[in-house]
Amino acid sequence: MSTLLEVSGVSVSFDGFKAINNLSFRIGPAELRAIIGPNGAGKTTFMDIVTGKTRPDEGRVIWGERSVSLLRMSESRIAQEGIGRKFQRPTVFEDQSVHDNLLMALKKPRGPFAVLFYRPESPDEARVEELAAEIGLEAALPRKAGELSHGQKQWLEIGMLLAQEPKLLLVDEPAAGMTLSEREHTTDILRRAAETRAVVVVEHDMEFVRRLDCKVTVLHEGSVLAEGTLDHVTQNRQVIDVYLGR
Amino acid sequence: MSVSDPQAGFAQAITRPRHRPFILRNPSVGVFLICLALFTLGVTVLSEDYGLGLISTSFVKTLGKTLCLCLVAIAMDLVWGYCGILSLGHFAFFGLGGYMIGMWLMYARTELIVAASMAEAPIPPTPAEITDAIGSQIFGVVGASDFPVVWMFADSFVLQMLLILAVPGLLALIFGWLAFRSRVTGVYLSILTQAMTLALSLYLFQNDSGLRGNNGLSGLQNLPGVQAPQSLVSIWFLWGSALALALGYLLVAWVVSGKFGSVIRGIRDDEARVRFLGYSVEGYKLFVFTLTAVIAGIAGALYYPQAGIINPAEIAPIASIYLAVWVAIGGRGRIYGAVIGAAFVSLVSTWFTGGQAPSVDLGFYRIDWVDWWLVVLGLAFVLVTLFAPKGIGGLVDLLTWRRHPDRHGADLGPDQGSLREEEAET
Ligand SMILES: Nc1ncnc2c1ncn2[C@@H]1O[C@H](COP(=O)(O)OP(=O)(O)O)[C@@H](O)[C@H]1O
Ligand SMILES: [Mg+2]
Repeated sequence: MSTLLEVSGVSVSFDGFKAINNLSFRIGPAELRAIIGPNGAGKTTFMDIVTGKTRPDEGRVIWGERSVSLLRMSESRIAQEGIGRKFQRPTVFEDQSVHDNLLMALKKPRGPFAVLFYRPESPDEARVEELAAEIGLEAALPRKAGELSHGQKQWLEIGMLLAQEPKLLLVDEPAAGMTLSEREHTTDILRRAAETRAVVVVEHDMEFVRRLDCKVTVLHEGSVLAEGTLDHVTQNRQVIDVYLGR
Repeated sequence: MSVSDPQAGFAQAITRPRHRPFILRNPSVGVFLICLALFTLGVTVLSEDYGLGLISTSFVKTLGKTLCLCLVAIAMDLVWGYCGILSLGHFAFFGLGGYMIGMWLMYARTELIVAASMAEAPIPPTPAEITDAIGSQIFGVVGASDFPVVWMFADSFVLQMLLILAVPGLLALIFGWLAFRSRVTGVYLSILTQAMTLALSLYLFQNDSGLRGNNGLSGLQNLPGVQAPQSLVSIWFLWGSALALALGYLLVAWVVSGKFGSVIRGIRDDEARVRFLGYSVEGYKLFVFTLTAVIAGIAGALYYPQAGIINPAEIAPIASIYLAVWVAIGGRGRIYGAVIGAAFVSLVSTWFTGGQAPSVDLGFYRIDWVDWWLVVLGLAFVLVTLFAPKGIGGLVDLLTWRRHPDRHGADLGPDQGSLREEEAET
C-alpha cells in the first residue's frame, strides 16, 4: 500500500511533559481512519504537528509521493500542499457570511495579488452552492456564520475543508455537540469524502466511530497503543484498561 | 439538512444575476463621494477668491488639511479596522511624505530666489556656484552648506514626487517584513511601531540628519514659480486633497470589498485559522501595511504644503496615537467611520486648542480648554471603547435600521440540540 503521510518516531514535550512520545503513524491516499484515546492522549497535538502548528523535538513527518518533509514548512504552505484541518471547537469566521467563508476556502490561488484581483466566476459560485447543499446550509448562504447553531458551524467548517480539496483531511471531534441525526449526516459526509482522499477523524464517541466503520488507532499518553478494527482494539487488554474500562 | 441535487444548485447559480457593479454593492461609497463633492463645491463657492468670501483663507487651509487627515485615517482603518494590525506608527509615514515634498518645494523655491539675485551679478554664475548658494541658503540654520545625500533628487520634481511613494513604502516594507516574519502581533507590534516612530523623530531632530534638525522645512506654502496669492493656492490644495481622498476612499473600498477583504478580516478575527486555509498571513499583512504607508505618505505630501512647515515634532509618537483615537471614535472597520472620526475630532480639537473655546469658570477653578482638551479626548476615547465600540459610525446603523447580528459568545441559536459555546469547548 502506498503511503500519503508517514509520521515516525515523533516526540514533543511541553515544559518537560511528554505530550507525544515516539509516535509513529501512517495513512494511505484514500483511507478513512479514526483516532481514539482518552482526554490528554495527544490527539490534538498530533494534528498540530502534522499541520505545522507545533514543531516536534524529534522525529520525521513525510508527505506525499515525493516524500517531502513537512517539518520545515509553514502552516500555510502545508495547507497548500493539501492538508486540511478542522479544529476541535468550530472556528469559522463569524463576522462573515456562510458564502464568504466557503469562497475563502475554495481551492484557488492564495497569493495576495491573485486574491486582490480575484472576482468570483460562475463555476466558483456554483461550487460554493454545491458545497452548501452538501453540508445542508444552502438556505443559510447569505447569513452570517456567527448566527449558525453549533452543529451548523461544525458543518460549515467541514464544508470549508472540502472546498480546499485537500488530499488529507484532519478532523478533530466533528460530532461534539451534535444531535443524533446531525451525527449521522456528519458520518455520511466524512465517509463520502474518504472515497477520494485520506481522512483522519479524532473522536471520543464510540458509537460515532463504529458508524464510520474503519481502521482505528488508539492513542494513549502520546503513543500508539493499538491499531486495527474497532472490534479488534476493543478486545485489547491494555485498551480496555486505559480507556474503555474507565 | 437535506442533501439536494448538486445539479439543482448549479442551475441556480447560472440563473443568478451577475455580480452587480461595485458602486451598487457599496452604496456608502456613492454617498460619500457625493458628500465630498458637495463639500468641496460649497467651500469653493464660499471662499475669498472664487466666491462670496465668507470663508477665510486660513480656514480653507484648515479644511484642506482635514481632508488629508481623513485620508490617513482611512489608511489607518484599513490596517487596523480591517486587518487588525494596531499600528501606532502611521503618522511617521505621513510625516515622511511631508518631508519628501518639502525638500522639492524648498529646493525649487530657493533655486529661483538664488538665480534671481545672482542674475544681477556682472559675471554669470556657474551651476556649481548656484548649487552652493542654494545649499548655504537652506542649511545655514544648521551651520552647514553642503547638500546631504538625501537631497540628491531634490532638484528633480518627478524623482522627488516618486520618493513620496517610495520612502514611506520602503520603510514600511522593511519594518513590516522584519516584524511580521517573526510573528510579532498585538501589543508588541504596537510598541514596536511606536519605537520606530520615536527613533525616526529623534533622528530627524539631529542637525546632521540633513533635514535641518528641529527647524524642519519651512515656507512650504509658497509654490515655486507660482505668483498666485494664497487665497487661490489654498483652494487648489483643497481640490487636490479632496481628489486624493476620493481616490483613496475608492481604492480602500475596492480592496476590502472582495475576497481580499474577506481574508484580511479573517486575519483580524482569527489569524491562525487563515493560515490553515493556506493563506500566508505575513504576506497579506505586509501588503496592507505597505499600501497604507504609501497612502499615508501621499496624505502627508498634501498636508504639509497647506500647513507651510514640517518639523520632527510632527512625527512624535503621540501623533500616531491620536490617529488611532480618531479611527476608534469614528468607528473602525467602516471607511466612512474613519473619515467621520478624523474630521470631527481634528476640527473640534483645533477649536479647543486654538483658544477659541470659552473657558468654564467653576468659581473655585477655571477650566481652560487648551489644557483640558486632551483629558476630554482621552475620556471620550475610553468611553467609546467601553460603551460604543462601533463609534460614531455606529449611528448610521441605527439610522438605516440595518441589523448587524453580532452574536459572539451569545446563544448559538434556537435549534434543538445545539450546544452553548462553553459546552462545545470541552
Ligand atoms: N501548548 C501546550 N502547552 C502545554 N501543554 C500542552 C500544550 N498542548 C497540549 N498540551 C498538553 O498535552 C497533552 C495532550 O493534549 P491534547 O493533544 O490536546 O490531547 P487530546 O486532544 O488527546 O485530548 C495534554 O496533557 C495537554 O495538557
Ligand atoms: Mg483534543
